[in-house]
Amino acid sequence: MKRPSLGSILCGLIPFAATCFSVALWDRVYPMVFGLPFNFFWLILWLLLTPVCMWEAYRLEASRSPDTDREEGGID
Amino acid sequence: MNPSVAALTVICVIVALGSLVGLLARFHHRMDLEQWTVGGRGFGVVLVWLLMAGEIYTTFTFLGASGWAYSRGAPILFNLGQAPLIYVTSFYILPLIWEAGRKYRLQTQADFFQVRYASTYLAAFVALVGVLSLIPYLQLQLTGLGLIVEVASFGGIHRTPAMIIGFALVAAFVLASGVRGVAWVSIIKDLLLLCAAVVVGIAVPRIYFGGIGPMFSALAHAKPNHLVMPGATKNLGHAWYISTVLLTSVTFYMWPQYFAASFTARSGKVLRRNAVIMPLYSITTPLMLFVGLSAVLVLPGLSNGDLSLLMMVRKTFPAWFLGVVGGAGALTAMVPAAIQLLIGATLYAKNLFRPILAPGMTEQQVAKLAKIMVLVLTSGALSLAIYSAASLVSMLLLGFAGVAQLFPGVVLGLFSRRVTTSGVFAGMATGLSIAVFLMLTGRDPYMGVNAGFIALCCNFVVTGVVSLLTTVRVAGFEEILPALAASRGGNSTRIP
Repeated sequence: MKRPSLGSILCGLIPFAATCFSVALWDRVYPMVFGLPFNFFWLILWLLLTPVCMWEAYRLEASRSPDTDREEGGID
Repeated sequence: MNPSVAALTVICVIVALGSLVGLLARFHHRMDLEQWTVGGRGFGVVLVWLLMAGEIYTTFTFLGASGWAYSRGAPILFNLGQAPLIYVTSFYILPLIWEAGRKYRLQTQADFFQVRYASTYLAAFVALVGVLSLIPYLQLQLTGLGLIVEVASFGGIHRTPAMIIGFALVAAFVLASGVRGVAWVSIIKDLLLLCAAVVVGIAVPRIYFGGIGPMFSALAHAKPNHLVMPGATKNLGHAWYISTVLLTSVTFYMWPQYFAASFTARSGKVLRRNAVIMPLYSITTPLMLFVGLSAVLVLPGLSNGDLSLLMMVRKTFPAWFLGVVGGAGALTAMVPAAIQLLIGATLYAKNLFRPILAPGMTEQQVAKLAKIMVLVLTSGALSLAIYSAASLVSMLLLGFAGVAQLFPGVVLGLFSRRVTTSGVFAGMATGLSIAVFLMLTGRDPYMGVNAGFIALCCNFVVTGVVSLLTTVRVAGFEEILPALAASRGGNSTRIP
């Protein structure tokens, strides 16, 4: 198992920057978006955007190591 | 029909159905320790998803998140903020833990420390921290279960018999089917929880305010401070938010039950894929928050904020629907409790009792002792839940601060060859002492920062310094670490 590449780590840092360290910038009620206070809207938005970042990280990792896992998929 | 009878009938049917699925899950599988604890390491994306989601969405999500939104307001956003970040962290760490697990046949978190640091005492210490941290978590599930049945039966069934029956069922399906049973019960639980969350989260604001938007406008008008940090509290501001989100998101998978769940996966890739999609599952959390926030204006003055969701449902919907929500809630308490029991019992038997007290035990005897421990832990948590009214939140936070101290040992153990057994021991001891001291003396948050986070930082510093002062005696994971060293340019310390 290789350690994660720099590119994939950067992909993972984006959600941390957006939802954790920047709290002072987005913790406000106005402007309301879709009827939600801005802080609620922002965090819900990142529930949807984080998988996009991590999908990119996944693609980067997968292209680095063409692996020979056992077959996947299926419930059991 | 009498509303309490209707609600209780629905709850009983749901709980019975869930328990039946749990009992039947052992079908075609021989239950040795390997199958019981890690499901034979053959779970694909779907079962791993169900297991991890099933464990993660506990009574706290169901009652606690709406309860905090009701009583504290915006600080509950930490729960929404940490959710995707937990999976971001897991993307980088879990595949490595899985890899180590497969190569060295690890079944528990303490096994990981045993192999990496070659110290039975360090492993036993890790097991002890894990078991002790799990007990208040189990107690939280139990108390939640009791509350749900009591409210749903309109006070007709007292919480004590409800807790006893619920936990007897949990112990039964853990003993029969192990981790496989837990994953299958999760299917029913997750479907119900999703339906309940969507219906309640959308209908409640619509019925009382005409929609989610109008609900927020009304709240922003009536109580503007409730919607930004620190909300209704004095000391849960931005520094607290950042330190809490960091602490919970990086150390979440240090809970022994979540750590061990990664061993059930069929490959490291399954865990990565799971990490990509899991944040979407958190979409039920904001719905729970909407209900708690609606209750601020509709049901002001509840003595126990944790009851806000159930009271809103009871006030708004017909009794049978209260039964559906109650049944989903009961399974939400039972599924995580099942895995907590299973992991706590295995840790005790395999990493604490056998190596320290009875080194001659066979694998079968360990499995038997683990099953006896399921019963011991069940009764222990039951008596705590019945006889102590101690603040659950504070005990849970103590547990969280406890397991967080395992993080440096895991992450440095995976990524560095230089970290030593004494370093990890010293760091853990320092972190635990600081966390316990700050929390038991009422200093959490300390100067506006989460006390567990402060303890974790000190832990990292001590682990690093002591490791540099001592020489590397052993580095387990020999087959994995060289690969790490090579990808970094081979500048690793030579091991004599």
